[in-house]
Amino acid sequence: MTTVEMPVPRQARKRDRWSLPDNGYRGMLAVTAVAFVALAVWFLVAVILQAAPAFSTLGFGWIFGGVWNPSHGQYGLLPFIVGTLESTAIAVALAFPIGLGTAISLAFLVPARIRPYLSTAVELLAAVPSVVYGLWGLIVLAPIFRDTVEPVLTSVFGWTGLFNGPNNGPSLLLAGVILFIMILPTMVAISRDVLIVVPVEQVEGAMALGATRWQVLRKVVLPGARTGILGAFTLATGRALGETVAVAMVIGNSPYLAHSLKSSAATIPSLIVNNFPESTGTELSALFGAGLVLLVIGTLVNSAARWLVWSTGQENAGIGVGR
Amino acid sequence: MTAVLDVPVDPNVERRLAVQAAASSSLRRRKMGSVVAMGVCWLFLAIAIVPLVAVVVYVTSKGLSAWTTDFFTKSTTPEGVAGGGVWNAIVGTVVITTIATAVAVPLGLLCGLFLAESDGRAAQALRFTADVMTGIPSITVGIFGYIAIVRNFGYSGLAGSFAVGFIMLPVIIRAGETAFRGVPRSLNEAAMALGARRATIARRVVVPTALPGVITGVLLAIARGLGETAPLLLTIFGNQYLQWNPTKPMAALPTLIYSYSGQPYADLVQVAWGAALLLMAVVLVLSIGSRLLAAYLRKERR
Repeated sequence: MTTVEMPVPRQARKRDRWSLPDNGYRGMLAVTAVAFVALAVWFLVAVILQAAPAFSTLGFGWIFGGVWNPSHGQYGLLPFIVGTLESTAIAVALAFPIGLGTAISLAFLVPARIRPYLSTAVELLAAVPSVVYGLWGLIVLAPIFRDTVEPVLTSVFGWTGLFNGPNNGPSLLLAGVILFIMILPTMVAISRDVLIVVPVEQVEGAMALGATRWQVLRKVVLPGARTGILGAFTLATGRALGETVAVAMVIGNSPYLAHSLKSSAATIPSLIVNNFPESTGTELSALFGAGLVLLVIGTLVNSAARWLVWSTGQENAGIGVGR
Repeated sequence: MTAVLDVPVDPNVERRLAVQAAASSSLRRRKMGSVVAMGVCWLFLAIAIVPLVAVVVYVTSKGLSAWTTDFFTKSTTPEGVAGGGVWNAIVGTVVITTIATAVAVPLGLLCGLFLAESDGRAAQALRFTADVMTGIPSITVGIFGYIAIVRNFGYSGLAGSFAVGFIMLPVIIRAGETAFRGVPRSLNEAAMALGARRATIARRVVVPTALPGVITGVLLAIARGLGETAPLLLTIFGNQYLQWNPTKPMAALPTLIYSYSGQPYADLVQVAWGAALLLMAVVLVLSIGSRLLAAYLRKERR
């Protein structure tokens, strides 16, 4: 493109006084963009550099050590990695079917008149801070779990060995359930969004062929929305993996591998918040290293989710909802 | 009986009857399956609604009883000392979030403009970074705030603003990009044809047109920033007294809820409920407000 200098009328120039010339404007945008990317890189480098001492003193094997006992120089992360994965697995195992069922109800079954209100309510609940869910879980749900839910589960499913040991309030199970309640709105809101964009012609065509509602869902709607739902599921998983305070409040925080769903456990984020205030030296570096491990797990999960949502062509479905 | 009349059975009739029988049994089976499956969906809806409603109702009822004049006007008191409110935490949360918003919004919107206007390598890198950062566990952002700010300048409200702003940025960038991309090309081209510079187009055409989406995105980002707890736990240290100066350690509502929830004192737990209701109410009002405002602005424009 060639630029031709044109005489600009005085009035026009005056009104335009505030604006930068094109290359200046472009440059400003580019500088901001570079600054943002630089900030992100700084973040990554800073965490890696601060975690490095732990890796150099303890070797890479410390990540998979089974014992966390800083006073004896033991910084095994395995119980926390396993605790993170277990609590997330419980949450996701509950949130996937229930969230999908709820999304289907909201998209197709609930009377059209109340549908928008219910959908909005669910989306709003996704914004409730996790610390509120944590407070409710610790004070309201924990006693109910200790006195009712856990004894009942033990008497029914005790034979599986998953419910050995005493009934605690705060436990791996409670953490999983709180995470489930927390990620449910995200799961429902995104799934609903991808369910309702399945072309109406396909749905009507299937119905005209005599398919029942369930058949339409099974054979037409769900396959069409499959990748989007998978994306929602993975985003919700990412949220559960990274959640800190709600989990730290209800998991009981014991640095051992959980031997039953009723035992206390800990996750990487809960390890960091609980031990951060009084740690120094290698322990602090080990905590940063734990953060790095979490970052790697979380980033992998989230990138997978973004890619899945993107590849359905419904790029906007997840924006503003995913945390 | 059949032998009496000795009429040959019409094979077509027989086949038709068989098909009808198969069809009706299939229909019955499929209808039954459908009813069961739909029932399961309704059941799941009920299961989903119960805990979510329970949280809101419980926090509201418990929190309202904590809302007194003292709750909003006095600072926190040490354990065992009766009375006291959360005024210092309200101030802390407002100051921290305001600073974070003031920095993150312009930066994020400029990045959003950049993304909406260009499609090159740089834009792709920026978009990828923003996407990845949306999913970063908030505790690691707290670690970053600690390393970058607290290590050098000590615990402070500003360190908290830094961490919260860092979390808000990608949300604002993506919301901004979506809003700016929604501006019709024809408007852009008309402005260009009139000889406007790009900066003028951005300020007078793109931003005003995209305003509803921008406002929604910014309010949602603020709502998100208000509730962040983990990054603040590592950066602001907490403060029992009223502190307006963001370069000093500050109190904040989410961290106060977190630390009071585990206390054995009933009055502290009560304060935590009140703070939880306050936080939840503000976040919900912001979310609902952003929707209403966006809807209003869109209507106004037509």
